[in-house]
Amino acid sequence: MNILVCIKQVPDTTEIKIDPVKNTLIREGVPSIVNPFDGYALEAAARIKDAHPDTKIVVLSMGPEQAKAALKECLAIAADKAYLVSDRVFGGSDTLATSYILSEAIKKVEELEGHFDMIFCGKQAIDGDTAQVGPEIAEHLDYPQVTYGLEAETDGDCLKVKKEVEEGVEVVAVTMPCLVTYTKPAWDPRFPSIKRKMAANRAEIPTLTAADLPDIDLTRAGLKGSPTKVKKTFVPQVKTGGVKINEEDAVVSAHKLFDLLSDAGVI
Amino acid sequence: MEAKTKDLWVFVETNTDGSAKNVGIELLTPGRQMADKQGGALTAVVIGHHTDAAVAEAASHGADKVIVVDGEEYEHYSTDAYTSVLCTLVEKYGPTSMLIGATSNGRDLGPRVSCRLNTGLTADCTALDVDDETRNVMWTRPAFGGNLMATIICPDHRPQLGTVRPGVFKKSEAGEAKAEIIREDIHVAASDIRTRVLELIQEMNGEEVDLEGAEIIVSGGRGVGGPEGFEPIRALAKELNATVGASRAAVDSGWIAHSHQVGQTGKTVGPKLYIACGISGAIQHLAGMSSSDCIVAINKDPDAPIFNVADYGLVGDLFEVLPVLTEEIKKARA
Repeated sequence: MNILVCIKQVPDTTEIKIDPVKNTLIREGVPSIVNPFDGYALEAAARIKDAHPDTKIVVLSMGPEQAKAALKECLAIAADKAYLVSDRVFGGSDTLATSYILSEAIKKVEELEGHFDMIFCGKQAIDGDTAQVGPEIAEHLDYPQVTYGLEAETDGDCLKVKKEVEEGVEVVAVTMPCLVTYTKPAWDPRFPSIKRKMAANRAEIPTLTAADLPDIDLTRAGLKGSPTKVKKTFVPQVKTGGVKINEEDAVVSAHKLFDLLSDAGVI
Repeated sequence: MEAKTKDLWVFVETNTDGSAKNVGIELLTPGRQMADKQGGALTAVVIGHHTDAAVAEAASHGADKVIVVDGEEYEHYSTDAYTSVLCTLVEKYGPTSMLIGATSNGRDLGPRVSCRLNTGLTADCTALDVDDETRNVMWTRPAFGGNLMATIICPDHRPQLGTVRPGVFKKSEAGEAKAEIIREDIHVAASDIRTRVLELIQEMNGEEVDLEGAEIIVSGGRGVGGPEGFEPIRALAKELNATVGASRAAVDSGWIAHSHQVGQTGKTVGPKLYIACGISGAIQHLAGMSSSDCIVAINKDPDAPIFNVADYGLVGDLFEVLPVLTEEIKKARA
């Protein structure tokens, strides 16, 4: 099996603070991490490799040169090869432009690494939270997709994917090649071994620029190639003026809460 | 593509029994105002099987037209069939904008459709407006785990597409059904649907966890202390006809399944009432529930950050408070 995992380096949004004066995000000093959902996608690929040791896992990311640190982390965990897509002309891309560039890059990586049976992505990135790039890559490549995946196993020409649905877990068969996006499973992703970490640190990660993608239509890339534009950003208002109940006796508090909720008509 | 009309569409997702999911009907409320501002009709698009109830509901909640595609192959949602039908309809009628409920299926479908139509899509919006001058839709959505809001426009591509978070808008009062019903006979061959559902493994206790569509959610966090700690939470939820939610801490401890998780690595919810029990209120949890209409927090720690977003905060032990609250509600409803 030949698996591609798409990953994104993101700021750790739990560390983000708001500048109280300028009302903007403070991004300096915020650590960069591999998007957690992409980590689950990598783990799903690693589990297929556990069952089929001749599997190759390639990771691909689009972003600035620093994103190679995230790719190295994936190499240390489970990936065999890594590629970075990076070019100034790709900057400012929205999800449609990003997915287009990535789909063109995937065609290029396939020339070098062979055809991919499956492409795995995280359900969404924790900075943008759009959940759009995965399905859009599938559409550019005309692949079937399964979203909210937890785990997958091969079954002949099909991939059997366990996916999270409202009623529980659904098992879906999808024809390969296909694209699967992953959500958080009940298990934790594996940790890298020291040996793999050292090898990853030494690994050379090729960068693909616009010039390496001869078929790319640059009018569909970058800020200009993006149909959506950000008109403005603002910090959400924090709710104030809530009622606090803090009686000596919890039972008294509970009655008070019930009265307030009934009076307000919420229950 | 060019818009052929100034019409605004609302995609009305259906359940397997053919009834409308709440969010589709909710979106007819802002859809009505937006269509008027854009100077076009409000059209509900219903895809499913045995859809009469969904069509009637859309027609009585403000739609001028209802386009219906009914067929066996649409009973269960599939990416391939639904994308194909929706794109065929858009190409035929050329609406200027379309709202899709940001359910699991809506967020699976939206990007496929926008990519096939080569247009822009804004994800998981929590506020909608139309610019007075340009008549572009202004899509507002949270990003960076709810730390930042962004307003997005799609000025040069049509239709303008967005998925909208369930529960943000309220259903209007049902009125007289005046909508023109347009039936489109479109079918998708089984061989063109490349996914097949093999089995459904139900939740342990067979309960459906529809957090995104829930009107009331009662959630438990680290403070519940163990799987049995969810009992008073379930009891209150049962009395309120609510869905049980959980924080990441409770899920990671293995006390409850991940399908109950609210927050950044779980579901984003916007119920009318959210009761957080023993949840401290980490930013990732707040990102998933802070748009709820009314937030009640019950926590022993008076300094827990959850109190900063709560409309009603109770400092106290959830194991003492919840049984009393549940009993009071039971009495009031008897």
